Amino acid sequence: MSITVFVPRDSAALAMNANAVARDILAEAQRRNIKIKLVRNGSRGMMWLEPLIEVQTAQGRVAYGPVESGDVRALFDADFLHGGKHKLNLGLTGEIPYLKKQERLTFARVGITDPVSLEDYLAHNGYRGLRKALTLQPAAIVQQVTESGLRGRGGAAFPTGIKWNTVLNAAGPQKYIVCNADEGDSGTFSDRMMMEGDPFVLIEGMTIAGLAVGAAQGYIYVRSEYPHAISVLNEAIAVAQQADYLGANILGSEKTFTLEVRKAAGAYVCGEETALLESLEGKRGIVRAKPPLPALSGLFGKPTVINNVISLATVPIILDKGAAFYKDYGMGRSRGTLPFQLAGNIKHGGLIEKAFGVTLRELMYEFGGGSASGRAIKAVQVGGPLGAYLPESQWDTPMDYEAYAALWAVLGHGGIVVHDDTADLSKLARYAMKFCAVESCGKCTPCRIGATRGVEVMDKIIADQDRHAQIGLLRDLCDTMLNGSMCAMGGMTPYPVLSALNHFPQDFGIVKKDPSTGGHHV
Amino acid sequence: MMSPSHSEPVTSILAAHRGQPGALLPILHAVQDALGYVPDYAVAQIANTLNLSRAEVHGVVTFYHHFRITPPASHTIQICCAEACQSMGAERLTRHAEKSLAQVSEGECELHPVYCLGLCANSPAMMIDDQLHARVTPEKFDRLIKKMGDGK
Ligand SMILES: Cc1cc2nc3c(=O)[nH]c(=O)nc-3n(C[C@H](O)[C@H](O)[C@H](O)COP(=O)(O)O)c2cc1C
Ligand code: SF4
Ligand code: FES
Repeated sequence: MSITVFVPRDSAALAMNANAVARDILAEAQRRNIKIKLVRNGSRGMMWLEPLIEVQTAQGRVAYGPVESGDVRALFDADFLHGGKHKLNLGLTGEIPYLKKQERLTFARVGITDPVSLEDYLAHNGYRGLRKALTLQPAAIVQQVTESGLRGRGGAAFPTGIKWNTVLNAAGPQKYIVCNADEGDSGTFSDRMMMEGDPFVLIEGMTIAGLAVGAAQGYIYVRSEYPHAISVLNEAIAVAQQADYLGANILGSEKTFTLEVRKAAGAYVCGEETALLESLEGKRGIVRAKPPLPALSGLFGKPTVINNVISLATVPIILDKGAAFYKDYGMGRSRGTLPFQLAGNIKHGGLIEKAFGVTLRELMYEFGGGSASGRAIKAVQVGGPLGAYLPESQWDTPMDYEAYAALWAVLGHGGIVVHDDTADLSKLARYAMKFCAVESCGKCTPCRIGATRGVEVMDKIIADQDRHAQIGLLRDLCDTMLNGSMCAMGGMTPYPVLSALNHFPQDFGIVKKDPSTGGHHV
Repeated sequence: MMSPSHSEPVTSILAAHRGQPGALLPILHAVQDALGYVPDYAVAQIANTLNLSRAEVHGVVTFYHHFRITPPASHTIQICCAEACQSMGAERLTRHAEKSLAQVSEGECELHPVYCLGLCANSPAMMIDDQLHARVTPEKFDRLIKKMGDGK
């Protein structure tokens, strides 16, 4: 019998040369006359170990990493095909603490299965949620999602069940399910890993959403920077279609659901749900005024469910194991798990799915092992480019939507970007303004003009021109943006800017208040 | 040289997307994939077929960072400039790249910033044509560029 070897096809592995490793393993096996079966799996999410290759042994899967093409011969010499000793041997994959300490519900299969093998998917509890949904009335499906406490994982954390209920109750035969896979936030890659590593669970979640609200057509809007995700999705959709998990008669139920992948075109604001719908309709990605809600008048003016990849990919396990099972994880009004993404200046970056309630300090030190540079960690931006910078005094707050709101911070899509003590927070604040100026859709003045002014003001502060007055101006500008913007692009850019200013005033040239010397505070 | 008013690739792309709801972005992607950019004559042809004004189509093309209205160089290099990559020296890498590429002949290579490639735990990240690269040091950058020059 041949031995199974796993080499990930995840973009992060590919960017570390996984294809060359895979090719060399095949060639070396052939040279030695050994029969192997090579599986291109998703990533386990331990990004500092990519490419992380695995071998199926009698004891379980044994991991080696990070493997370079030049290591392949030595690995064969060390009999890695039977879990042999080698300096890259990491032991049984499932026993690696980074993985073992996680609660993988949404990511249960990612890195384990062949992403485009329906057989694998079914063998690992796939499509059990859909089978359950097919036995339920639409309202009962929605009720399961509502009771699970699932809130949108795209950023705004709106209860998914309530959104679905609005669409279910909206009149009309034509409704849509739209998956927001624009994942524009720096420091985030959970949508990408999900689409590349377990596309069927997203397809299943969207199909369940279609049954729940009475929609027969779905679109997945994927950012153009994710070509591998797009091709894996298209491959999986074709397989699902072939096997009647998609199409005109899903599993003999006479229910219809079809899916199409649409490629975005590199505009951050198109992650905002109404700009995304405009883009899907073939227009510029300009934010729409609300109301009407997309749930009532969305894509092509029809009732539309629009959800993030992770929200939709979490639905199958809720249907399969029940709302109570999912709700049991988490704290307060933040139920279930969040796939955190640890990124930036961190030694052990990657995907960590944990129940809400874990702290930043646990993630950065117990999982992350501290900074990559070995220097002290100074500031952490949580929740993407519109999220606040958190100083050390806030790293012990449990990660929960409400607890973060109380800090004037957000969890957003779960991205965590670590900066060491060489970071200059005034530069990062300027960058946040610049980003908003470049990516603004231009519909409202506080954002369009405010961000451009914000860059000018930051330049003066950095150059120490009339600093005191400029900081006052910056605060006024932020106020206007916070209160007057039509969407969170302009409305939340003040989060990174003001948190940087308030927590790291020294980087803005402000002498910290020190009672002993009487240093003044601006 | 005069631009053709109808180009065969654009005609067949338009035919392939006939009847597709919200077809403009898929069409523009197909045109750019086929021609490397979205030329003026394609804008005219698309506008004509979709019953839009040229200005509308042009407005869409220029709204999105991904679409380009001029032909690309032989190689396109995109370095991520977003926060996670900044924390790992993306700025230094970009300055290095600008200096290195100043020696490459014009038309061979163009350098663009890109906002996040989803490789933020393996920063800094970049793309050379359609190949992703992560944990890119200035030395690794030079190696990759040399390989690209060798046509590999
Ligand atoms: C500027 C901006 C960018 C956004 N980008 C994304 C994104 O890339 N992905 C996403 O799922 N949601 C994004 N959102 C949030 C969406 O507007 C919307 O809340 C989300 O798609 C709803 O899905 P959910 O309830 O499942 O989270 C963005 C919002 C704003 C204001
Ligand atoms: S806040 Fe900015 S992105 Fe949002 S609608 Fe206004 S101009 Fe557009
Ligand atoms: S921030 Fe550079 S890849 Fe995400």
